[in-house]
Amino acid sequence: MTHMLAIGTQKGLFLATSDDRRSWRVSSAHFPGHAIYAVAFDTRGPVPRVLAGVDSSHFGPSVLISEDLGETWQEPEAAPLAFPAGTDAAVERVWQIAPAGPLEPGVVYAGTQPSALWRSSDGGRTYELIRALWDHPHRPEWGAGYGGQAIHTILPHPADPDRILVAMSAGGVYRTADGGETWAAANRGIKAYFLPDPWPEFGQCVHKVARDAADPDRYYAQNHHGVYRSTDGGDSWESIAGGLPSDFGFPMAAHPSRGGTIWNFPLVSDGERQPVDLECRVFRSDDGGETWQPQHKGLPDGPYYPVVLRDALCTDDGAPAGVYFGTRAGEVFASADEGETWSTVAAHLPDVLCVRAAGV
Amino acid sequence: MPSVLIPGVLRAEAGGVSRLEVSADGSLRAVLDELGERWPRLERRIRDESGALRRYVNVYVDGEDCRRSGGLDAPVPSAAEIQVLPSIAGG
Repeated sequence: MTHMLAIGTQKGLFLATSDDRRSWRVSSAHFPGHAIYAVAFDTRGPVPRVLAGVDSSHFGPSVLISEDLGETWQEPEAAPLAFPAGTDAAVERVWQIAPAGPLEPGVVYAGTQPSALWRSSDGGRTYELIRALWDHPHRPEWGAGYGGQAIHTILPHPADPDRILVAMSAGGVYRTADGGETWAAANRGIKAYFLPDPWPEFGQCVHKVARDAADPDRYYAQNHHGVYRSTDGGDSWESIAGGLPSDFGFPMAAHPSRGGTIWNFPLVSDGERQPVDLECRVFRSDDGGETWQPQHKGLPDGPYYPVVLRDALCTDDGAPAGVYFGTRAGEVFASADEGETWSTVAAHLPDVLCVRAAGV
Repeated sequence: MPSVLIPGVLRAEAGGVSRLEVSADGSLRAVLDELGERWPRLERRIRDESGALRRYVNVYVDGEDCRRSGGLDAPVPSAAEIQVLPSIAGG
């Protein structure tokens, strides 16, 4: 099997391939000069597809699809995502592309800035705004973090197409159980220390949420300070930050098949965004966040300042699982053994915004 | 008949040509509406779906920055030359 790692950066998309997940061949930049905040592999069909959110600082955002692993890219004539007339809004950036579960093979979700959720039923070519979330009465009060106001996390339930959980910066977690007809905030137990009432119904600044591989009602969330777990589908959250050296960071990734195993990349704090102790370390938990162990064999030694952004840490679907992360310094690291050892995929790339991996 | 000069980075969205002839005149809005009908991928790189000119795209009508001459309502005479240029932006 060939393993492919898609690396979205501030100035282009790079596709790396490997036979053993230790040595990698890295392409030149696809879409050079364009920011790639979202990339996804869709491996549900007969051929693997790559979907990329391609963002031009001059000419706006789009979604392009390759069905030949990056040899060629297709973009529809009509805009893939466009707010309907009357909304007086325009898509500024695509932050997330998420193929739905196996029960809906043609369905792909996208999350954008401004905070909106979109559904495609044609494999991700064209999308419709999910109106009930856009019209949610909370929306005028959703804030915007430094990265903007965006839905950056979309977790369709693997067995129940009616259930979707989304997360946005300075808005929080929302979920639906009726296919998107109605949405409710799901932030009980998540602290918003930056608000006068630190326990609001919504307004929390979620950075990333990951779903447990074995229990679809179990989630792990990295917040703007605070690391949490929900074991009841998002009804409530409890802290799992105690075993980490810091509760600040951006990404959270889950093992593809084993429950309770997750990875995180802690930073010192909101005001000091650098790795704790200036060490390049990933932290892994095998018990749902109760305890954490640093993993750094093969990662750079010495003072290390770059950060890992919210979508720049991921796992693949291999066994053992591969783990990958990229930094704002343009380095990308891969582990073929669940984080025990690491090798360098690439260096000197533009700032890494997102990584996704799959067997193709 | 107005003509629209296409910058190199957008020519792939205009069939590879550097100049398009359009039949619409009167206002820049009418010209861009026609672009949207005939070359939708080109037009959406100039305007977003709300109809607003993208912030870092400049459009000149006979050398006049449209933002100083009415924006989308900028008058477009029948023989006008409309130039689309990416502005200085980015890092």
